[in-house]
Amino acid sequence: MSVRRAFAAGARDLVPALLSLFPIAVILAITAVDVGLSPLQALWMSVGIYTGLAQAAMLSLVDARASAVVIVVAGVLINLRLLLYSASIAPYLDRLSLAERVPFAYLNIDTVYALSIATFEADGTDEKAAYYLGAGVASWVVWQAGTLVGLFFGDVVPSGLDLQFAIPLLFIALLVPVLKDRPSVGAGVAAGGVAVLAAGLPFNLGLIVGTTVGIAAGVTGERWWSA
Amino acid sequence: MSTAFTSETVWVIVTVVAVVSLAFRLSFFLLFERREEIPPWAERVLRYVAPAVLAALVVPKVLYVGGSVSLVNPRLAAGLVAAVVAWRTENLAITVAVGMVVFWGSRAVL
Repeated sequence: MSVRRAFAAGARDLVPALLSLFPIAVILAITAVDVGLSPLQALWMSVGIYTGLAQAAMLSLVDARASAVVIVVAGVLINLRLLLYSASIAPYLDRLSLAERVPFAYLNIDTVYALSIATFEADGTDEKAAYYLGAGVASWVVWQAGTLVGLFFGDVVPSGLDLQFAIPLLFIALLVPVLKDRPSVGAGVAAGGVAVLAAGLPFNLGLIVGTTVGIAAGVTGERWWSA
Repeated sequence: MSTAFTSETVWVIVTVVAVVSLAFRLSFFLLFERREEIPPWAERVLRYVAPAVLAALVVPKVLYVGGSVSLVNPRLAAGLVAAVVAWRTENLAITVAVGMVVFWGSRAVL
């Protein structure tokens, strides 16, 4: 398989995910402006942070008047999974030069990672770097396009629609598949429960506390249920 | 509407998370010959970040309406339907679309 074919294959295999990425980026951009970010700030979020989940959570917290520290911590916590992705996929791309590694690493998002790792592990391509790059570039272009569309046409959307509620719905859509074993369900239940109980804490600490308790519950549950 | 922050603060917040995220992304790419892996304890912790943080974000959002818990509210209705749709279709766009429709519909009714 040639490099160009592999690149195209990466992009093409991602098409179903791209169809979801686009509207999400649009909604996030509209929400960002709704919440008070300037279009340039919204664009920087989309390019710099470049993960829907972190962007969505942070916007949600900005709207809730959370403190800056909590927003940063939430963004960092949510993007910790990028560490896991890096550990998992970097070994497959070890023939890249140092200069190449930076853009390759930057392009990594959930859908790019999931597709690439599945393909690599099933030996689905001879040109791993090209395949990954195809998926990565396609995602990046679609995401930024969605952001730009949201920024340009956001004004057209009537505000009574409360489009911001799409974000918690997105979270639900992402949460359900992740509740795939008992410790994970335990983590979710604990986190949700504590977050509700701690909702009165200042600086939106309820989120951090809930998350921490949830993680602890998950780790404990894993040992408990597999003992 | 405007944020509770100055414009500079917003830039800083986004930039900090962007830089840290890039660092996370790059982390294992910068370990050249050593195929080091994440220690098992760290991997275990990371595994539960997703369900925990997502649940901590969602549950208060669907239960609270204007400062107090409300069990009969459009968000909860939409959230529950969305959860079922997510389970069945495993499709982000459909889940969000159906959820929004239920949200708008139940707002008119409840």
